[in-house]
Order: sequence, then structure tokens, then C-alpha cells
Amino acid sequence: MHDLAIQLVGASGAASATTAAAVTAPYLRFIPLAPLVGMLFHVLLGYRLGRTAVGVVACGAVAISFALATRAFLAVMGAPEGTALVDPVYQWLASGEFSANVAFRVDALSSVMIMIVTGVGFLIHLYSTAYMSHDESYARFFAYLNLFMAAMLVLVLGDNLPLMFVGWEGVGLCSYLLIGFWYADPDKASAGKKAFLVNRIGDAAFLLGAFTLFWALADMGHASLAFADINAHATSLPDGVALAAALLLFVGATGKSAQIPLYVWLPDAMAGPTPVSALIHAATMVTAGVYMVARLHGLFEAAPMALQVIAVIGAATALMAATIGIAQNDIKKVLAYSTVSQLGYMFMALGVGAFAAGIFHVMTHAFFKALLFLGAGSVIHGLHEQQDIRAMGGVREKMPITHATFLVGVLAIAGVPGLSGFFSKDEILASAFAGGHYGIWLVGVLGAGMTAFYMTRLYVLTFRGTFRGDHHTWDHAHESPLPMTVPLMVLAALAIVGGYVGIPHALGGHNAFGGYLAPSVGHHELGLSVATELGLMAVSVAAGLLGIAIAWRMYTVEPEADADIAGRLRGLYRSMGEAYRIDALYDRAIVQPLMRVSDFLWRTVDVVFIDGIANGSATAARSIGGVWRQWSTGNVQHYMLTVLIGVALVVLAVSIGVAG
Amino acid sequence: MSAFLFYPLAACALAGALGVVLARNPVRSALSLVVTLFFLAVFYVFLQAHLVAALQIIVYAGAVMVLFLFVITLLNLESDSGVRERPALAAAGFLAGAVVAILLAKGLLDSTVPDARGVTLGETFGTTKVLARQLFSEYLVAFELTSILLLVAVVGAVVLAKRTVEEGERDEARTMAAAEAETEAAHRVIAAHEAAHDHLDHGHAPHSGPGHVHAPAGGHH
Amino acid sequence: MIGTSHYLALSALLFAIGAVGVVVRRNVIIIFMSVELMLNAANLAFVAGANSLGTMGGQSIVFFVMTVAAAEAAVGLAVILALFRNRQTVSADEIALLRG
Repeated sequence: MHDLAIQLVGASGAASATTAAAVTAPYLRFIPLAPLVGMLFHVLLGYRLGRTAVGVVACGAVAISFALATRAFLAVMGAPEGTALVDPVYQWLASGEFSANVAFRVDALSSVMIMIVTGVGFLIHLYSTAYMSHDESYARFFAYLNLFMAAMLVLVLGDNLPLMFVGWEGVGLCSYLLIGFWYADPDKASAGKKAFLVNRIGDAAFLLGAFTLFWALADMGHASLAFADINAHATSLPDGVALAAALLLFVGATGKSAQIPLYVWLPDAMAGPTPVSALIHAATMVTAGVYMVARLHGLFEAAPMALQVIAVIGAATALMAATIGIAQNDIKKVLAYSTVSQLGYMFMALGVGAFAAGIFHVMTHAFFKALLFLGAGSVIHGLHEQQDIRAMGGVREKMPITHATFLVGVLAIAGVPGLSGFFSKDEILASAFAGGHYGIWLVGVLGAGMTAFYMTRLYVLTFRGTFRGDHHTWDHAHESPLPMTVPLMVLAALAIVGGYVGIPHALGGHNAFGGYLAPSVGHHELGLSVATELGLMAVSVAAGLLGIAIAWRMYTVEPEADADIAGRLRGLYRSMGEAYRIDALYDRAIVQPLMRVSDFLWRTVDVVFIDGIANGSATAARSIGGVWRQWSTGNVQHYMLTVLIGVALVVLAVSIGVAG
Repeated sequence: MSAFLFYPLAACALAGALGVVLARNPVRSALSLVVTLFFLAVFYVFLQAHLVAALQIIVYAGAVMVLFLFVITLLNLESDSGVRERPALAAAGFLAGAVVAILLAKGLLDSTVPDARGVTLGETFGTTKVLARQLFSEYLVAFELTSILLLVAVVGAVVLAKRTVEEGERDEARTMAAAEAETEAAHRVIAAHEAAHDHLDHGHAPHSGPGHVHAPAGGHH
Repeated sequence: MIGTSHYLALSALLFAIGAVGVVVRRNVIIIFMSVELMLNAANLAFVAGANSLGTMGGQSIVFFVMTVAAAEAAVGLAVILALFRNRQTVSADEIALLRG
């Protein structure tokens, strides 16, 4: 089925300048197509054929995608370095010299991404069949979920910017649909709306960046938005243009990947079902921004200032979100801010030029964050929809599997050596230090400590000690069924071993992951001595262990420790708990003025002016008509008078000589 | 035709026309029209249209106008206020008419209309024979159609002017009611007279005749 | 010298007077008579034209006009009669049903 003819890639764009080898692989299109077909099934037949059918089709579709993704991945891995699989499906946009096609391309970078998306996606679909089993909108849920998979895969597989944007928008839409899944609750519906609107701002910036890029490239004679072309010609772009485009695209990434300033939608997004939080807001969609920057590494490298900005924002976000996470009491909110924080780490990596490290962290984060979210879902499910950790405790007795897997996740995210999180986080910090970004490095270390702290706090308050909720809930608490626990176990295993593909040189490995990704994102040599690297490792591990220790001490001894802190730090703690009231700030500074402008436009421009014109012309027509109407008196003599006057006028005109 | 004859005759015709339009009494208006028609017939004679002149008098003045007078008297119309109530419209009408009249007449007088384009009219021009010959040859279709038109007009006039059954009954009822009212009134008069006689002793003058009691003045026409 | 144009001018004057009559008077019968006046003015013009051109066509037309006018008068007066019977009035102001 796959044609082994090697051809110069011309997947899209007339002036493509890439010379990488490409292999046609017509099966690529089925990777996003399978979930799309699944969605159609759910929409058309879902409610008629029942839950089992829906579950089977949903998971089956993703399984097909996973199988094909594996095949593609193995093909790329086995092929010479730099080879990519392409599948040009059809010509989509064409205007003059420019063309953008629906064409899919799997190179090293996207092969990793599709494995993550389909693999973790499959596990979450499986989990959802049990988690959502009591919901009456079962088919609708899986329709949205499959649609999301399709969109995300299009995003990752597309070989040009417009096609990626299609996927970008698609995942945004599905995010909105799934966050507001239980739309009957106005708060949940609002959360969905908020996510969509904030994303939209980012999307606008994305588009502006794309336009800038295209305008500049077309000026230079390369009218194309294929990634290969962009990366190839990025260095010949004027500096200001490259910077502007890079920054605009990055703003788009802050929207999608929840960085400062557009992260505010992610904590609210926890209103959606937990599998949604796991899939979209932990493992896949939020990494789209990271993927995009990595994919366009050529452009960003051509604008070093942009990379600086990215690194700084990533670091700031990582730190800020961590501080907020310490003071949260909703199990999902803690994980949400943790996600924001970890995404900050990924951007830190990108910002210091270690693109492969960023993607590495994407992968490990997908494993352990999905694991943590699914575990939280399991707890919520088992404790009958309880989400406040102050009303939990001692859950490990009732839910052993959940407890064990969750613990693995906590250790992974805290950067305990031997687990995946350690390797990826460490590589990021080492890259920062090696690049001379000591400030970034320091922030990263602090963040790591805090991460360890609040995750341990979460773990202790949830699983250890005695249960602090009500009896009824405790009596009915139970472990989750197999479709939920199996994915937990698989993810736990991945969270443990997932890091071994990237064992750094210092520890004797050869960083297979980084090497594998090099053709796609460039090679990044650390240039540190083994001793320095080990030293850095020790520092970050120490920070992590310190955080764990302090939290363990505090919360196992006194689960109500938060109350003491609240008492002593009062204002600071409260504002941390309220996420520094950033939402209120946005509301006052941006939303309210916009509403006032909109209100003015409505009241004055629309109602008075435009409606005035419309109604006014009607009124004018009516009054003119009212005047003329009086001529139709019904009295024939009046009509005759009119005729007579007309005759008189004609005669007058003739005799004057004007007419006739 | 000499100007000596034309202008006075024309003046008379115009006077008659103005009489039609300005007279308040409809009967006077109709009679004015008759006068105008006569003078027009005189003009026809001068224009060598003998048959037409005769027809004008016999048919137009003699039949149509008589019909008009029949209807006017049948309806028992009174003089009305003449010109319509809205003086503004009336003034506009007069003005427009005056404009048309003066300008048109002046224009026509000033223009040169070819006279008898080098053709002298034969002696038989305008006689019955010649006209009839034209009617029955060239204008035969129109002639026949006109006769049908007359038939239709007769039928139509009869149908329109006929009373319907309800109307007849209604009129009868009204007549009856009127008659009853009259007898009622007569009785009251008698009673009043008797009452007056009773009062004679007291020196009161008897009520004069049926002054208060009105016979219903033609409740219907 | 009295020529055709004089007759035509007279015809125009009569016509105008008739038109004014139609517009200005209230009594329906008088309006009708004004229309007859207008018709006669036209007849005069036709006869003058026949005289001027030397053809009998003008007089034939007058013949027909008279016939039609007679028929029209008959029917029209019948209508007025019926109208009067229903409305008890012959004032044009009160018979305005086509008011817009």
C-alpha cells in the first residue's frame, strides 16, 4: 500500500526549497479520518444503537489511529535520518503562486506527537466508557471526543500553517463543547464560553502572525506557508518581520497552551468531565502551542528576542501557577494550575533553544498528568462527586489501585529520580543553565520545589490520614471498575519508563530522544561537563525532595495546616487562593470597557443611528405617501381637475414654445 | 361666412355654454344646453353639414335633452349652491379651464389651417344621400355595431331604472306609514279643535288651523 | 375672413367650458350635461374639419358620436335614477366611494 518511490517533497507550495527525502504513505489520512468517521457514527446512530456500540466504536476508531500511528512511527524510525512520510490528499487553497493543500506529513517530531495523542487518547477513551456510563448524553460525549481526536491529529499532521490552523480551531471548538458539556448548568456553560473566547484572542494573534509571515515570504518570492518552506527561508526574513511574526504566533500559543496572559481559561475548564480535563487540558490540546513553536523552530531561531520572551513568560507562568496551586482546595484545580505550571516549563525549554527537551517534557507530562487527572477522576467517582480535598483523606484504604497509580504520578511530577519526570525536567533545567539563563534556571528550580510541595500536599490530604468527609460517602466509597483502573496502570507504567528514552549523557545514556528529534527541531548540544550536569541534577532533586519532605511533615501531622498558614500569612494566602484575582482584573480592565463600548455602539450607533435611518426612511416614505394619498379622494371630479390642469400645462408649454 | 354673422352667433353659443355651467337651477342649465345645441346646428348648416344639423335638432335637442329634462323633473331637484363647496378647487378648475380656453383658442386662431385644400365642395356635399352612401359602404361595420349598442343601451336603461321587488315593497310600506301618520295627524287636529271649543267659554282664541301639525311632507319620492 | 381656424377656436372654447363644468359643479346631472357640451364641441371640430378637407368622413363621425351620446345619455340617466333611489342625493361630493 505504501509506495516506496522516493521523491523530492513538494507537498505544498510552488517554491518549496526543502531537500529532505519523503516517502508517500497513503494510509496517513486515515489517522485523523478514523475518529472523524467515529464522530459521524455517534451523531447519526449513536443514540439508536446504545452505549456499548458507542463505546466500541469510539475506542475502536482511536485504536485504529493508534495502530496506523505506530506503523508510521516505526517507518520513520527505521528510515534514514530526516526521512518523512507524506500523504498529499488534495489541493485545498490555491491562489496565484500560493497553494496550501490538505497534506499530511510524519517526520520525527510529528511521529512522537501522534503516538502520544493516539496512545493516551485511546486510554482515556477507554476510561471514559466507564466514567461516563451513567450520563445520558453518552453518544454526544464520544462524538465530541472523537471529533477532538480528529482535529488534534489534523493539527499535528498538517504540513502547512493553514491546515494546522484548521486543527487548531477544531480543538478549540471541541474544548468549548466538552467543557460546557453539562450545559444546563450556567456556570459550566460559562466556563466553556470563557475558554473559547480567550482562545479566540490567541487565535487572532495566530492569524496575524501567519499573515505577517506570508506577506513577508511572498515578498521574497516564496509564497508558501508550508512548514518546510517557512523554516528554510526564515533566516532571510527581515529581522523586524521575523520577530513580529514569531511573537504573534507565540501569543496564539499562550492562548492555546495557557501561558501568561491567556491562561485564565484553564482552571475554569475543570468544569468539564474529568476525562476531558485529562485528555485535552493535560495531555494533548494544551501542548499544541509547544508543538507549534517546535515545528516552526526555524522562524523562532531567526528571532532570538522572541525566544527570550518565550523563556521569560514560561518561567513566570511556571512560578506563578505553582504558587496558586499551593493554595487550592479542589483536587482538579490543583492539577489545573499544575498543568499551567508544567506548560511553563515546556516553554522555558523552547525559549532557551532546547526544542527537543520541550517535546520530551510534553511526552512525560502527558503520561503523568493524564495519570493524575484520571486518578482524580477515579477518586471523585468513588467518593460520589466529591472534589474538595478538605473533605477527603485515607482514601488509599478504599481505593488501592487508584492510590498506587496516583502516587506514581506524584513522584513523577515531583522529579524523583528514576521516573520520567525527572529526566525531562532535568534536561530543561540543564539546558537553561548551559545557555547562561541563570535566572530562568533558578526559577525552574524554585518551581520544581513548589511542584513537589503542592503535589505531595494533594496526595497526603487525599489518600492519607483519616477521612474527613461524611459517613455516608465513606461507606459507599469504592474502587473504580476495570475500564478505569487499567488505563491508570498503563499510564503509571509509562510514567515510570517513559523517561528512559532520553537518558542524558551524564548518566551514561545517549539521549536517544533528542537524537531522534534532531532532524525535525535541530540539535542542541548542552556543552556542559559531566560534573556540572550531575551537580545541577543534584540541586533540582534536592529541591524536589525538600518540597516533598516539608509537605509530608506538615500535612500528615496536621491536615488542617492550611488554616495556620492562612492565619499567619492572611492576605497573601488568600490572594493565592483566589489566583491573585487576575480574573477580576481582566474583567475591570478589559471586559467592562469593552462592554461599555459595545453598549454605546448599540444604544447610539445601532438604535439611534442605523435604526433611525431604517425606520426614518420608512417614516419618510409613509409621510410622503400620506401627502400624495390625499389626491385619491375617490371623487372623480378631483381626478378630472387633475387632467384639466395637466392639459393646461401642456397647452402652456406648447404655446410658450418649450415643447411641441 | 362673414364675420358679421359668425361672431354674434358664436357669442350666443358661448353664452349658452356658460349658462349650462353656471346656472344654479338644473332646469335652467338644461335649457341653456338646448339653446347651445340650436346655435351649433346653425353653424353646421353654414358648414355644409345639412343632415347633421337636422339630426342635431331632432335627436340631440329633441330627444336627448328632453330625456334630461324628464329626469330632472322626475327627481324634483332643487337649485343647489351651484359651484362646489371647496372654493380652492373651484378656483383651480376655473383657472385651468381659462388657461386652456384662451391659449388653445389663440393658438388655433393664429395658426393657418388650410381651407378647402383647393377643393370646392360639391352641391351634394353634406346631403343625406351622400352621407348615407358613406355610412353604408365605408363605415358599415361601425354602423351595425352602433345599432347593437343602441339595443344594449335600451335594455340597460330599462334594467337600471326598474324598481326591484324589495324597493317596491319598501316604497309601499313607506306610503302606508305616511298615510297612517297623516290620519293620525288628522285625528289630533280634530281633538285639538274640540279642546279649543271647550275652552271657548274661557275666552281663549281657538288655535288656528292645522298650524302645528304638519302632514309628513312627502316622506319619499 | 372666417376660416376653419375660427371654428376650431370656437370648438376649443366650448370644450374648455364643458371641462370646467365637469370639474366645478356638484350636481351629477349638470356634470353630465357638461360632458354633452364637450361632445358637441368635438362634433363642431369634426364638421369644420370635414368642410375644410372636403371629405364626408368628418360628418360620418359626427353621426356616430351623436348616436353613442344618445345611448350614453339613456344609460347614464338610468344610473343616476338608480343612484338617487339608493342615496337620495345627486351631489357628487356625497357619492365618493373610491376614497383612498
